[in-house]
Amino acid sequence: MNLAEYDPLRGRRVEVLDFTGNIIAPDVRPDDLSDDYLLDLYDRMVFLRVADQQALTLQRAGRMGTYAPTLGQEAANIGSAAVLQEGDWVVPSFREMGAMLLRGVPLQLIYMYWMGSEWGSHFPENVRVLPICAPVGTQTLHGVGLAWAAKLKGEQTVTLIYFGDGATSKGDFHEAMNFAGVFQTPCVFFCQNNQYSISVPRSTQTAAPTLAQKAIAYGFPGVMVDGNDILAVYAATKEAAAHARSGRGPVLIEAQTYRLGPHTTADDPSRYRSAEELKAQEPYEPLPRVRLYLEKKGLLTPAAETERWERYQTLVKEEAKKAEAAIPLRPDDIFDYHYATLPPYLAHQKDYLHRILASSGEGTDGQA
Amino acid sequence: MAKLNMVEALNLALKEEMSRDERIILLGEDVGRLGGVFRVTDGLQALFGPNRVVDTPLAEAAIVGTALGLALGGFKPVPEIQFMGFLPAALDQIICHVSRYRNRSRGRYTLPMVIRLPYGAGIHAPEHHSESTEAILAHLPGLKVVIPSTPYDAKGLLVSALRDPDPVVFLEPKRIYRAVREEVPEGDYTIPLSTAKIVRAGDAVTVVAWGSMVREAVRAAELVAPEGIAAEVIDLRTIAPMDDETIVASIRKTGRGVIVHEACRTGGLAAEIMARIQEKAFLSLAAPLERVTGFDTIVPLLKLEDYYLPDPHRISRAIRKVVRF
Repeated sequence: MNLAEYDPLRGRRVEVLDFTGNIIAPDVRPDDLSDDYLLDLYDRMVFLRVADQQALTLQRAGRMGTYAPTLGQEAANIGSAAVLQEGDWVVPSFREMGAMLLRGVPLQLIYMYWMGSEWGSHFPENVRVLPICAPVGTQTLHGVGLAWAAKLKGEQTVTLIYFGDGATSKGDFHEAMNFAGVFQTPCVFFCQNNQYSISVPRSTQTAAPTLAQKAIAYGFPGVMVDGNDILAVYAATKEAAAHARSGRGPVLIEAQTYRLGPHTTADDPSRYRSAEELKAQEPYEPLPRVRLYLEKKGLLTPAAETERWERYQTLVKEEAKKAEAAIPLRPDDIFDYHYATLPPYLAHQKDYLHRILASSGEGTDGQA
Repeated sequence: MAKLNMVEALNLALKEEMSRDERIILLGEDVGRLGGVFRVTDGLQALFGPNRVVDTPLAEAAIVGTALGLALGGFKPVPEIQFMGFLPAALDQIICHVSRYRNRSRGRYTLPMVIRLPYGAGIHAPEHHSESTEAILAHLPGLKVVIPSTPYDAKGLLVSALRDPDPVVFLEPKRIYRAVREEVPEGDYTIPLSTAKIVRAGDAVTVVAWGSMVREAVRAAELVAPEGIAAEVIDLRTIAPMDDETIVASIRKTGRGVIVHEACRTGGLAAEIMARIQEKAFLSLAAPLERVTGFDTIVPLLKLEDYYLPDPHRISRAIRKVVRF
């Protein structure tokens, strides 16, 4: 596909697979995205949905803290990260569990993070994913810096930077886009436009008709894509990554999706959107269209589908148990990672906590 | 040995360290072709090229935020914020990310970087060019905050900061930039971070200062010397993590203390130092501690600037007060 054909000012967006499971733009479907590979990506979308549902269950049971669900955004997550290659970086916001999983972050760690342990952001050495980032849009600058570093080192790697529609209102996003344009950093800005920043709708974030067009002001291409169509997301991100990797600079992708769940488990969407609106969105969610397509191709049977969901439900429960067991309750950890060397005043405060715990009868290994 | 001012000493430190460590990248507004508005990076772009001394678009958050990414990508960035008055735009990145990355990833990601920051009043600069908000930075866990007061220290401390595994904010007192010359050797020497220095020995009263206030404190000590008051002046040099042991040891000897800073009084670092002294050396105190600070006002524009800043006269009054208590 040619990015130039999708000038956002002309309103055209990348679409390949419609919501009834029909390929509507076979020429846009990338050659490497075979039906078998699509089945693999579908499998990952299902895993993400199951892992996401499990997180909600854990949160309701009091086993996890506040959690930001990915329900409805599986195609945007998986289709984008799937195009990356070894050495590429992922810079997530906080609704990219699928992309993180795909790039090698173990589910156990992501659960540990939301359960409330910094160890959940201690990723394996070979995993090139930054920690989840809560302050909206601030991570876009880190992604540009990473891409800049790759360029200076002569690496042919790409940094995929995620953020939401709300982030496009932040100064950091605009500064990141501007730096990326000026220094031609090899990065892809991937906006998961899920239509809401907590309660504030997309229309309140900007008067511009699209988010993709914001790239034009910074001197590089922007493209809109059906964010619930994994084939379209894959096609657009693959093209954008190739563009960046070949030294032609950054690309902005606006993946138009819809947040089917709450902003977080602490949110009540019924206060700002109607049941009718939600209902109207459901047919367009990312999974059924792929399932319909694969069924038509004879690659998916109801029995295999049931087996897949059940297998993953068992698997994510095990991951949750492993996560709980792996979280160290060491009060020392509060102090030990602020500096390479513990300063005397922190050593003193650590010692104070030890003495307090000892005087209250609680050991410092977290055992009462 | 060459006699250098602080600007030249900092320039020499950057030049030597950039030659030694090719991961070091300078970035900021006007740091390249112009050599910085104060000329601290003068000639470095010609020497190391535009990829290592980078003129950036005018955006403080991006200068610090992309520097963070460069650090994660294996470089040792040295972002410059042109004046401390323009720091607030970058504070979001510093507070939310720079100071936290090691801890939030339990050591998986670390950020060796030095944020250079000309600060302080006393050079008759325009509005927003005279701020001294170091207490905000010292309040943040995970940051180191260094403030030299002399050319020699500036070089030794900057080299240490550049070799430190953690993020350092390096505050440069503009008022001292070209005010003093002293011998500054070429080649390798470092001054360890978090070590205060006794710049003038005495046994009657301890005066703690940093940055441009060290010179004022020494002058105050000279003013009271003929009256038989031997003031010990300590240059804190690193305000976080702070070497309070040197302060406390001095207080145990003198029993009296005056803390001086040009920043506002309320919530200023003097309050923190006074608290630590009374926690650790209360029984050594022979008099209440005094502080001489800027007022709890906005730094005035240049016509009234001299009324705002602590000077030897004010400091000497505080010294006499605690000595005569």
